[in-house]
Amino acid sequence: MVNKDYSNVIIKIDAIAEKIYNDFQKTEIPYLTLPTRTKSNIRFDEKLNVWKYGKNTTSREAKTLDGAYMLLRTMYMADFIKEMIKINKSSTLREMYYISEGWDLAKFHSQQESNLLAEDLEVITSCMREDFKLRPEEDGARVIGNLTIEEITRNNTKKKIHCQDDVGDAGYSIPYNVESEKITIKGVDADFIIAIETGGMFDRLVENSFDTSNRAVLVHLKGQPARSTRRFIKRLNEETNLPVLIFTDCDPWSFRIFASVAFGAIKTAHISEYLATPQSHYLGVTPSDIENYDLPTDNLSKEDINALKSELTDPRFQDSFWKGEIKLQLKIGKKSEQQALAKYGLDYVTDTYLPEKLTEMGILRK
Amino acid sequence: MTKITAEDLAKKQKEISVAEFFERNKHILGFGNQTRALITSVKEGVDNGLDACEEAYILPDIYVEIKNHEDGECKLIVEDNGPGIVKKQIPHIFGRLLYGSRFHAIRQSRGQQGIGISAVVLYGQLTTGKHAKIISKISEDRPAIITDLAIDTNKNRAEVIAKDTTHWDKPHGTRVEISILADYKRGKKYVYDYLQSTSIVNPHAQIIYKEHNGTEHIFERTTDTLPRSTVEIKPHPYGVELGTLIKMAKHTKSRQLNSFIKTEFSSMGDRTTNAALEEANLEKNLKPKEMTREQFLALHRSFKKVRIMAPSTDCLSPIGETLIKRSLKHETQEISPEFIITSSRPPSVYSGNPFQIEVGLVYGGNLPKEGPVKILRFANRVPLLYQQGGCVITTAISSIDWRRYGLDQPSGKGIPSGPAIFITHISSTLIPFTSESKEAIADIEEIENEIKLAFRECARKVQHHINKKVRRVKTREKFDLITKILPEIAKKSSNMINKPVPSLDQIITKIMDVVWIEDIIEYEKINRAPIQTTLIGESNEEKSGGTITKSKILVVNYKQKPQKFNLYAIIPEDAIVGETNPKAAKITKNYIKWSLDSIAPANKIDITFELAGLEKGDLDENDLYIENINPSFVIGADKWEGD
Repeated sequence: MVNKDYSNVIIKIDAIAEKIYNDFQKTEIPYLTLPTRTKSNIRFDEKLNVWKYGKNTTSREAKTLDGAYMLLRTMYMADFIKEMIKINKSSTLREMYYISEGWDLAKFHSQQESNLLAEDLEVITSCMREDFKLRPEEDGARVIGNLTIEEITRNNTKKKIHCQDDVGDAGYSIPYNVESEKITIKGVDADFIIAIETGGMFDRLVENSFDTSNRAVLVHLKGQPARSTRRFIKRLNEETNLPVLIFTDCDPWSFRIFASVAFGAIKTAHISEYLATPQSHYLGVTPSDIENYDLPTDNLSKEDINALKSELTDPRFQDSFWKGEIKLQLKIGKKSEQQALAKYGLDYVTDTYLPEKLTEMGILRK
Repeated sequence: MTKITAEDLAKKQKEISVAEFFERNKHILGFGNQTRALITSVKEGVDNGLDACEEAYILPDIYVEIKNHEDGECKLIVEDNGPGIVKKQIPHIFGRLLYGSRFHAIRQSRGQQGIGISAVVLYGQLTTGKHAKIISKISEDRPAIITDLAIDTNKNRAEVIAKDTTHWDKPHGTRVEISILADYKRGKKYVYDYLQSTSIVNPHAQIIYKEHNGTEHIFERTTDTLPRSTVEIKPHPYGVELGTLIKMAKHTKSRQLNSFIKTEFSSMGDRTTNAALEEANLEKNLKPKEMTREQFLALHRSFKKVRIMAPSTDCLSPIGETLIKRSLKHETQEISPEFIITSSRPPSVYSGNPFQIEVGLVYGGNLPKEGPVKILRFANRVPLLYQQGGCVITTAISSIDWRRYGLDQPSGKGIPSGPAIFITHISSTLIPFTSESKEAIADIEEIENEIKLAFRECARKVQHHINKKVRRVKTREKFDLITKILPEIAKKSSNMINKPVPSLDQIITKIMDVVWIEDIIEYEKINRAPIQTTLIGESNEEKSGGTITKSKILVVNYKQKPQKFNLYAIIPEDAIVGETNPKAAKITKNYIKWSLDSIAPANKIDITFELAGLEKGDLDENDLYIENINPSFVIGADKWEGD
């Protein structure tokens, strides 16, 4: 791996310590300010074409017990990151959670707490998690298609991988670091990228050779996609100009998967420009598809209904397509899965559904 | 069938003696079954003993013993250290129903009708055929008299079977031994409960209970002060019944109606008497003995229409908040409750009868967390054990929404659930019992309202107590923050950028931003007399020895500006103020006031004061108030609302 220059990260981390120290010097109650990370505080950035945090901020003040603990933990985490950079190591978020066991009062009580604080640090310093030498637990998902990638392996050698010829049916596994110091996209010969929510549907498309028959790059999202998966799709889209189509189940949670790929996620809106792919389109399954294809369904649960209603007030879902589809789904009160298409046979999705939808969207011409 | 004439019937018609009536209606007086009979007998014996002692200004020592025989017969022994009974009165008091000294007097007392103890004697005679034995001694230099007696139920007279004298170690007192048919196995636990409850409302009495197997329970005395002796009052016009009014007029010595009203009734002066007469359209010089029923009726009606002052309340003898609290504390030691809160209402009146309500609430500790709260009811210092459901006390408690005060109560009505004991004591010249067995108090609106008011006040105090605790906990958290977390943040941040650790003093006051008041109370056994600095100088009781209650109040100014204000400490009414440091600005019966010097930021002052006349534990938390400072600046004291 090429050694990255971390001096900028260290300056930014020290700035936090400096801020707190100066507050003490000025006999002011120490505090840190950061954008409010909620649905109500995301705004569309015209320049970047993605959703970013708005102007609302919250402050973490040492005035309250919770705020003081927060600041103490922030200081410990910042110090820990500095230390990792110094000794050239990295750790997973989970490892950091366990390391905090030794931080006495600053110890985390759940990994959720430490994950959130890592994100806070990103927001405050406008650095990325990778800059902090922290990596996620989950691996990136899989890719199959006529695509060649060059990866710099742990032995510091370059390795070219063709994502059909050099991989098995499970595909190429996306590493947690997909930045240019790790991978390069060497060449693509395809017409579009299709990102699929479930493993079952990904494997169906592989088995039916949809990648070759329709010149597609298949990416498995694995549910709510990891940062590296979203970053990979973004790079692929930017560097190859291929359209991105999102193919998920038909329920409010799947719509959020689409939103995090296309618009940027609420939790990571500070780095939307790195992660979001504004040129993504939602392929399906749409609530209209449920009616048009007469798909097998389940009733919406109470949670589903609440999630749909919440999406109606989510600024990212305010266009006429989404408003119409969400209202339709609330009206019919049903949800469906990608794999429900198997009602009409195993080949139905590749022979009929996808070609029809892609034609409708102007991706395929027949 | 032969025709029955009125004359035939007349032959069968004859007087029924009270004793005969009792024979057939035992249940009315609380002898309905053998368990009840045991408790009622103990109750009558103990009530009698306590009343006797108090009337003679003697601190009561009551001894209760029950011996159980195989065949279900119990021998009940109750002994007191009262003044004793003169020889010739013994047969009347123990062997005659409806004989007593208290029936005609309007003042608070336990027994009234003179049925109690003689009913036990009668019950014993009916169920075992045995005579009662009474031993009584009236003074040190006289021998004790032993009387064996039975009751002639036809004549309602005692029959003295045997009389003798004996030596008795006690200087004076009375011992009663009565054999009764009773269920000892079931009843003994209730006897214990009854005596314990009695002890709570009679903190001036010591009660010893010896079970059949020899186990002795001692319910100790928690105060050496006798209850305030009650003054007999005249009937109040609001409460008098028409028949009574007529009877009183027949026996009066007054020759004119206006002087009859003024002398025979309480709260009747010239003005009210004239107003009543005018209302009734009666001449003031009418001869009471010659008045017609219609005239009495008019007078009786006019009483209700005229505004008459409430009767004087000297006739009542409430227990007092401090004593109830002390008693409860003593009796609930094993439970170690979280807090005990009491509250008492000023005297009030229903139908011309004065009454007063006192309530208490014991909360937490080892009390069961689930199930309905325990309700202890007392009337004139006597526990009420039965018919809880039909009692005005229960009605009043059930009608309060306790959910607001942290107790469970489905639908906000009924007896609440939770780890609590509710105590209610009603003192009155006439307790309106629902029946002769004196187990439940009738639903009188005035009484119900007073009970509700008392419990609401109690509940507010509970709320206040809890809020205060919550605020303190929150401030403690801040202390944690300041003493532990803040220095850590400072250390870590300065280490990261290689600078010396900054000073935190000023930031600490900035974060706390309160005036912190905290108190500690200690008790000291002493022999010296407390230094009397009471300005009002009302208390001329010379007390030496006993316990000194020492309070230390710590005031810390964590505000950024100097603070100058007045501090008040509430003191119990029966406490005598000793030394105060710094010197108090004012001392009254109810509070001590300090005008504190200005306290600079991050500075503190200590205040101490001593109280005499209290027992250990009477005051376990000071009630502190502040004046001339924004109350939201202060933790540990509330806004002073004036005297």
